[in-house]
Amino acid sequence: MTLANRDILSIQDLADEDIEAILDTATSLKEISTRKIKKVPTLRGRTIINLFFEPSTRTRTSFEIAGKRLSADVINISASTSSATKGESLLDTAYNLEAMNPDILVIRHGSSGVPQMIASHIKCPVINAGDGAHEHPTQALLDLLTIRERHKTLTGLKVVIVGDIAHSRVARSNILAMRKMGMVVTVVGPPTMIPVGMAQLGVSIHYNLEEALRDVDVIMMLRIQLERQSQGLFSSFREYSSLYCLTAEKLKNASKQVMIMHPGPVNRGVEISLDILEGPHSVVLEQVHNGVAVRMALLYLLLEGGNEDSN
Amino acid sequence: MKILISNGRLIDPANQRDEISDILIDKGKIAAIAKPGRIPKQDTDGAKVIDATDQIVAPGFIDMHVHFREPGFEYKETIETGCQSAAAGGFTTVAMMPNTHPVNDNRSVTEFMLSQAKAHGVVNVLSIGAVSVGLQGEKLTDMGDLKTAGVVAYSDDGHPVMNNELMRRALEYSKMFDLPIIQHCEVLDLTAGGCMNESRVSTELGLKGMPTEGEDIMVYRDIALLEKTGGRVHVAHISSAQSVDLVRQAKAKGLAVTCEVAPHHFSLTDEAVRGYDTNSKMSPPLREQKDVAAIKQGLQDGTIDMIATDHAPHDLADKQMDYQSACFGIVGLETALPLTLKLIDEKVITLPQMVALFTAQPAEIFKLDKGNLAVGKDADVVVFDPQVEYNIDVQKFKSKSKNSPFHGWPVKGRVTHTLVMGKIVHTSNS
Repeated sequence: MTLANRDILSIQDLADEDIEAILDTATSLKEISTRKIKKVPTLRGRTIINLFFEPSTRTRTSFEIAGKRLSADVINISASTSSATKGESLLDTAYNLEAMNPDILVIRHGSSGVPQMIASHIKCPVINAGDGAHEHPTQALLDLLTIRERHKTLTGLKVVIVGDIAHSRVARSNILAMRKMGMVVTVVGPPTMIPVGMAQLGVSIHYNLEEALRDVDVIMMLRIQLERQSQGLFSSFREYSSLYCLTAEKLKNASKQVMIMHPGPVNRGVEISLDILEGPHSVVLEQVHNGVAVRMALLYLLLEGGNEDSN
Repeated sequence: MKILISNGRLIDPANQRDEISDILIDKGKIAAIAKPGRIPKQDTDGAKVIDATDQIVAPGFIDMHVHFREPGFEYKETIETGCQSAAAGGFTTVAMMPNTHPVNDNRSVTEFMLSQAKAHGVVNVLSIGAVSVGLQGEKLTDMGDLKTAGVVAYSDDGHPVMNNELMRRALEYSKMFDLPIIQHCEVLDLTAGGCMNESRVSTELGLKGMPTEGEDIMVYRDIALLEKTGGRVHVAHISSAQSVDLVRQAKAKGLAVTCEVAPHHFSLTDEAVRGYDTNSKMSPPLREQKDVAAIKQGLQDGTIDMIATDHAPHDLADKQMDYQSACFGIVGLETALPLTLKLIDEKVITLPQMVALFTAQPAEIFKLDKGNLAVGKDADVVVFDPQVEYNIDVQKFKSKSKNSPFHGWPVKGRVTHTLVMGKIVHTSNS
């Protein structure tokens, strides 16, 4: 199996079969992480550079572990230790890293479009690990895997994504991926956080959380950032929570099989009440767990996908 | 030296002329115009002949909106290279915006710019003075002093006059000097942090949008103020459908409002931002199809008075960065003609209308003794071949900067000769 594109910058770079292949491969690779010796030699001698211009715990660690479990050499560079602080331009940094012959560059940046820009200038394949408010494709893939595991299917499932849609790359990648897989998506949040043109992306828009939760299969909560308050996008955490915090009360109309997701980090008690976060519907830690498998699958398919002998 | 431009199609809207003609130039002025072969031999003796068969001969183009970056940012453009770029694009008169460093907000800067132009510039260079000191929007400049030094208009350009009271006073005060205020219409609190048009595309790309209302509200405010104060307002680089409509309504009321459009705003939409090419980043940003359609309508019905390029050179380092951080603006002088000629193929405007948008109309609005090829007038002339086909190549630009989203575009139409005061300042093979 070879992926349609050598760079994974957006969910749009993936064909429907690519997504299926990544999820299937991830499923088969999950077993490695349960072994006592959590390592296979598949990517021995390969070099993966994680270039992170924005803080990250989950995603960076997940990519690092994924690479290491496949025996690749993984190098982590964060903006504070790179030349970014010396004023070296983004492209210069990329050219210099490329000169050391990595096999994959994993990039996170706070500004939308940076992985695209770098990928268009270098030959080394690039994986987008989150760029600004644009996309976070590997998050969407691990979310799909988590949903598929619970519901055994994707097609026809009803999903609500709740919160700051405007600033969320997780929401954008998930909307694209879920629509591709035939899921029905509703976004819920204050109108200040629903960006222009959302309806044209094929999703419904709702402002009332409790009503929107009726009959849904999946609830995806997004992180709310305090700085949005000063931008006038909501009045206070207190009011935001009263409207959009996922509580047992708001869930009373939801289906018994509903699953609750959050990409993290969670503002406990703001987006989700503690009992719900730790309750039986929550799959937050399964998401993190599946992140490793999905990234292993992606690294494998990008680097060895066309090479059947390596299997 | 005498020059005879023979057998071209002379389009001179100021004199309602559109016919195959010979034009004789002598001592920097138009000396004679006649049907081909009809200028007496003794008059054309010794003249250098430019054969303009199958070409258009028109008054040299006027661009009331360029950034030549001198003083302060000479690594992007100088007055000398900017003028060469203008000549290559068929422009013989350009007006420089004041956002230099230091800002052109006092006569010594104006005088410096105009003296540089005189020493190194191959085209006529005009200067636009700031409305407020340092473009800070707080205190009016010495507008009278600036006019004495030679400015032809006032503008804070990319730093629009946000303060309503200051704008009112600027309109009143400028009446004494009978010069227009050129406004870059953008309500900054609505566009803060934005880097492209707000639309479905900005949502998909995760980029902060700049809504058209940011432009519309200031266009309306300026019209509302003008209705009371008098004075003249010229809307720079109009880009939104609603703004075109507001100008149309103001004109119908007889208010002294005029406007210009930049070629990129009728050539591209915000779809060009996909892929994050920073050469698609400009202010005002590329808008949507409905806005492009309204601009074309405005050009057709005369709401839009002129085409101005907003020539905004930036070197590679200021553009080759993430989209959010990259500088706004593109170079425009060398692509304006071929991009505008597309409107003729699309039957939006006629060739004489296009020439008027580039010549007679800006001359009339800014009261310039240019854009007119009557006998005795300055011999600022452009000769262009409207049919020649080629691909735009930024590496061939005379401008110091190459930031254009049109690189590689197949176009028609190229300037073959540009003459300023009877002197050939640019030639190229058709």
